[in-house]
Amino acid sequence: MSANTRIPLARIAHARSGDKADWVDFGLFAWNATGYRLLEREVTAERVRAHFAPWLPGEVDAWALPHILALKFVLKGALQGGGARNLRLDNLGKAMAGALLRMEIEVTAAELAEALNAPRVGWWGDDPPAQALEGPR
Amino acid sequence: MKSIRIGAGLGFYGDHWEPVVASIQRGDVQFIASDHLAELTLAILQKDRQRDPSLGYARDVVPMLLRLWPLMQARGVRFVCNAGGLNPMGAAQAVLAAFAAKGWRARIAVVSGDDVLPRLLDTSTPADALVHLFTGEPVARVRERLVFGNAYLGAAPIVQALEAGAEIVITGRVADAALFLGPIAHSLGWDLKPTDASGLDRLAQGLTVGHLLECSGQGSGGNFGSQGAWKDIPDLAHIGYPLAEVWEDGTALITKAPGTGGRINFDTVRQQLLYEVHNPHAYHSPDVVLDMSGVTLHDEGHDRVRLTGARGTAPGDRLKVVAGFRDGFKAEVTWGFSWPDAWDKAQAAIATVQTQLAEKRIPHDELFVEHPGLNSAHGPLAPLPDAATLNGTNEIWTRMVLRTQSKAAADGFGRLFPWMALSGPAYTCGFMGLHNTSELLGIWPTLIPRAEVEPMVRVEMMGDVS
Repeated sequence: MSANTRIPLARIAHARSGDKADWVDFGLFAWNATGYRLLEREVTAERVRAHFAPWLPGEVDAWALPHILALKFVLKGALQGGGARNLRLDNLGKAMAGALLRMEIEVTAAELAEALNAPRVGWWGDDPPAQALEGPR
Repeated sequence: MKSIRIGAGLGFYGDHWEPVVASIQRGDVQFIASDHLAELTLAILQKDRQRDPSLGYARDVVPMLLRLWPLMQARGVRFVCNAGGLNPMGAAQAVLAAFAAKGWRARIAVVSGDDVLPRLLDTSTPADALVHLFTGEPVARVRERLVFGNAYLGAAPIVQALEAGAEIVITGRVADAALFLGPIAHSLGWDLKPTDASGLDRLAQGLTVGHLLECSGQGSGGNFGSQGAWKDIPDLAHIGYPLAEVWEDGTALITKAPGTGGRINFDTVRQQLLYEVHNPHAYHSPDVVLDMSGVTLHDEGHDRVRLTGARGTAPGDRLKVVAGFRDGFKAEVTWGFSWPDAWDKAQAAIATVQTQLAEKRIPHDELFVEHPGLNSAHGPLAPLPDAATLNGTNEIWTRMVLRTQSKAAADGFGRLFPWMALSGPAYTCGFMGLHNTSELLGIWPTLIPRAEVEPMVRVEMMGDVS
């Protein structure tokens, strides 16, 4: 048994946030299937809500998109009425994807090692793609 | 099998158009589609239109087309954009005038009819119509403060304009992805009202292509997140905006012009796929409802990602509307304090401002405070050092924003501060914001029956129509 460890999502995922009126939406993406299994297990709508609660209380909707190794979250009421009304410097919530990546999850050392060592899906260099993604998995 | 290639123009009003040059010169595209309207852009254009009724459009369309049009004309590339904003006819006239000064002519189609403000202002509207899409509140709550209201049109009027021979199509508010779906459907002969599943799936593929391209560089490695990985995106200074080849059956290849920076791969494309989408199983547009759950992004390497598997269902009988209403004023100041005790001095200054607001009975709804460089991006989720450490830092910046229904209170906010330069805490630096009142606009998303909008949609040809 390996010991549990707490890591921020930034270690194993990437993200982008966007705005619609006063909702902020997040795409959260694992680099590989191993990482995706950890995201799917640990990053629930309720935990995302709890993560943002000290700052932006609001309901969170969530969807899983296993075929692209991604989770989708929508945080309702996060922009104080929308970008043209929000008083914050980050009025559109563009930096909030980074705030999501601060969220900590608990994984075993073995799981972390596997997620960090498995290659990224897709083409990331000048060489031919290491691993083509063929349909839903 | 027949195919066409379409390139991304701007992703918002103010975006950079030089990357489009590469798509035209080396990307072998037949169309450029350009999205000048973010959700709140109409709020900006409304302020322009209040000052000068001949404005109200995204003015960057004029210099953009002066740069791109000679390159496009030489290759027969056609251009579709929503830069018309609140005044598409005004935008077309401005482009034609700028072209005339150069001795150029073009056939420009104007798509209008998206303005539904009169309907929103109509006091006979039933209480259960035009309710806030998220909260269900009745429109009567904001009716007297509404300043614009526009429905998102679909691809049909764009197809109509292209069939009439338009070289440039300028629209008001249309669904962003419809700017792309229009030329794709026009070129490949797709039916916009299909009755079979495969026709709807084709539209869903075209909509997905539009969604992936509508934010310019964000589809090709710009704004790409996470620790360290952003450094693996090459040469952002010369980023190539995404372009797509789309085949008759809806299959599409997302790529970019050779020799440009940025990156098109599984990761950058899927980030954009989910951007500003709520339910990925039902992404609504005026033309088709997209289900992304079967989308396959096959990474072929070397900036080529093949897109298949989008599924579509028929859209509903209502169109989305985004309206804006006046929602008070804000004034903001930013102020720096230097070592020593920078943090404590900033807190003392904030307390002084709060005291003044109370003693002078200045009407306000909120005094918002954040510290740029410490917590403005992530709020309380950003861990702050303790006060002793903060007092030892070189400087602390403080941004204070007053939200108020009183324009006079907003106008006077900055005047609460200058006296503290001599009579407040020591070693301040860089006070900004003496006079900067701006109006806040609330956003009112709602739905409207198609039957109230579509009969009003007009396509007009201008310019060299012979």
